[in-house]
Amino acid sequence: MTDGKDSDTMPGITLYSRNAARTTQRNILPGFGLTLGYTLVYLSLIVLIPLAAISLAAVKIEPGQFWAAISDPRVVASYRLSFIAALAAAAINTIFGLLTAWVLVRYRFAGRKLLDAMVDLPFALPTAVAGIALTTMYAPTGWIGRLLAPLGIQIAFAPLGIVVALTFIGLPFVVRTVQPVLEDLGTETEETAASLGASRIQTFTRVIFPELLPSLLTGFALAFARALGEYGSVVFISGNMPMRTEIAPLLIMTKLEQYDYAGATAIAMVMLVLSFLLLLAINLLQRWATRSRQ
Amino acid sequence: MPTHRAQLKSQEGRWIRPALIAMALLFLALFLLMPLAAVFVEAFRRGIGAYVQTFTDPYAHSAIRLTLLVALMTIPVNLLFGVAAAWAIARFEFRGKGVLLTLIDLPFAVSPVIAGLMFVLLFGLHGLLGPWLLERDIQIIFAVPGIVLATLFVTFPFIARELIPLMQSQGSEEELAALSLGANGWQIFWKVTLPNIKWGLLYGIILCNARAMGEFGAVSVVSGHIRGQTNTMPLHIEILYNEYDFVGAFAMASLLTLLALVTLVVKSVVEWKSNKEHAHTEIGVLQ
Repeated sequence: MTDGKDSDTMPGITLYSRNAARTTQRNILPGFGLTLGYTLVYLSLIVLIPLAAISLAAVKIEPGQFWAAISDPRVVASYRLSFIAALAAAAINTIFGLLTAWVLVRYRFAGRKLLDAMVDLPFALPTAVAGIALTTMYAPTGWIGRLLAPLGIQIAFAPLGIVVALTFIGLPFVVRTVQPVLEDLGTETEETAASLGASRIQTFTRVIFPELLPSLLTGFALAFARALGEYGSVVFISGNMPMRTEIAPLLIMTKLEQYDYAGATAIAMVMLVLSFLLLLAINLLQRWATRSRQ
Repeated sequence: MPTHRAQLKSQEGRWIRPALIAMALLFLALFLLMPLAAVFVEAFRRGIGAYVQTFTDPYAHSAIRLTLLVALMTIPVNLLFGVAAAWAIARFEFRGKGVLLTLIDLPFAVSPVIAGLMFVLLFGLHGLLGPWLLERDIQIIFAVPGIVLATLFVTFPFIARELIPLMQSQGSEEELAALSLGANGWQIFWKVTLPNIKWGLLYGIILCNARAMGEFGAVSVVSGHIRGQTNTMPLHIEILYNEYDFVGAFAMASLLTLLALVTLVVKSVVEWKSNKEHAHTEIGVLQ
C-alpha cells in the first residue's frame, strides 16, 4: 500500500528511482525512438531554446553594464529581501510541515482526511487569488490585521506580509515529502527504543528525527526554491515599495515595463543561476533520501 | 497497528497529543481555511445580486473565454509530451536519463516572471526573432500565442512528472506479455498501458489545467494586459482589485477557487481509486 504513495505525490517532490531496477533491459518494446525523439524535440522548443535565448541576451550585455545592473542598491535590496523572506518562509514551513505531517500520520481525529486533502490547496489555488485573499486578511482592517494593528504589528504592505504569502505558497512541500517517510517508518524501532528505557524526547531526537532528516531538507529546499521565484501572491500583499518591500521578480517586471531589457535580463540571470544551484542541491538531497529509505 | 501495551510505551504524554493536534489545526486554519473563506466572504459581501452582476461585464466574459482557450490549447500538447516522455523514460534504459529528468524538472525551478521574460527575449520586438516576425506581420508577444507559449512552459512538467513514477512502479511485465502474444505498439498502449495509468493521467491533466488557468506571473509578462483581448482571468482579477472593485475581483477569484477545490476532490478520488487497484494487484502478485 505504501508503495503507491510514490505516484500520488505532487510534482516536484516525486522520487523516481525507487523501482528503477524493475525496468532495466526492456528494449524489446516498440516506440523508443519515436517517444524519445518527440520528447527531445518538444523539450528543446519549449524549454531549451528560450533558456538559450536568455543566456545569449545575458552574454551580449557588456560586463560593466551587467555588473552595474546587478549591483545597483535597489537591485541588491530586492535580492536580499527575496532571499531572506524565502528562507524565513521555508523555515516556518519546515517546522509546521513536520508538525502537520506528524499529526496527520500518527493521530486519528475528526476531519483528518479533509485536512490531508486540503494541504495541497496552495498547489491548486492560483497565486493571484491567494494574494488578494491574504492581503484582505492581513490588511489593517482585515480579520487578522485588525487584531494585530493595536499591537503595532503590520503584516500586509510590510516585509512580514511577503513571508506570510511565501509560507502559504510553500506549505505543501515539507508535509508531502515527510509524510510518506513517516508512514513507511512504522513504530517498531520506537517501541524498541522505549522498551530499552529511552524517554519520548530521546526516542524522537535519536531514532525518528535522523530518519526524517533527508526528507525534511528536501522539503525545505523545494519550498525555498518555489518561494524565491514567486511573484503572483507577493505583489498584492507587499505594497511594492522600492528598497523596502520590492522582491527581485517584481523588479524584473518593472525593468521590462521601462523597456530596460538588459537590466531585466541581468537580474534574471543571477536568479536563474541561484535556482539551478538549488535544483542541483534538491536532486542530490533526493538521491540521499531515496538511499536512506532503502 | 501496534498492540495496546507497546502503544502506551511509545507515545507522547497525555497533554502533548492534543496540544500538537491543536497547533497543527491552528496553523492549517490560519493558512488554508481562512484565505479560502475570505474569497467567498468578500465575493458575497454585497449580496448575491452584486455577485452575479459582476459576470455580466463583457470584459469578464472575454477573460473567462481566453482562459478556457489557453487551457484547451495547453493540455493536449503537454499530454502528448507527458505520455511520450513517460514511455521513453519508464520503459527503456538509455544514457543521459538522469540529465533528461532534471531538464524536465527545470520549469519548476524557474521563476514565472523569468519564464515570461525568456519568451519576450525570443519573440518580442527587440528579441532574437523580433525583426523576422515583424516583417511577416506575426505577433506573438502581447498576443494569445505568447500567453499559450508561456503557459506551456510553466505547466511543462506536470503530466510527465505524474506518469513517470507511476509507470516505473508498475513495470512492463503486462506490456511484454501483450507483445509476446503478437500485439503491436498501438495495441499495447491503448489496451494495456492506458487502462493502467488512466487515474494518474487524469490527475496530471487536472493539475495541469489548474495551473494553466491560474498562471499569473509568466502570463502577466507576455500578455500586454489589453482588456477584452489578452486579459486572462487572473490578470482580470488584478485589474479589478487595483481599481478597488473588490466584489468583482473576488467574484472572479471565487470561480478559480472552485476550480482549485474540484482539483483537490479529483486528487482524493484518484488516490483512493489507485490505492484500491494497487492493493488489488498486490494480492494478485501474492497468489
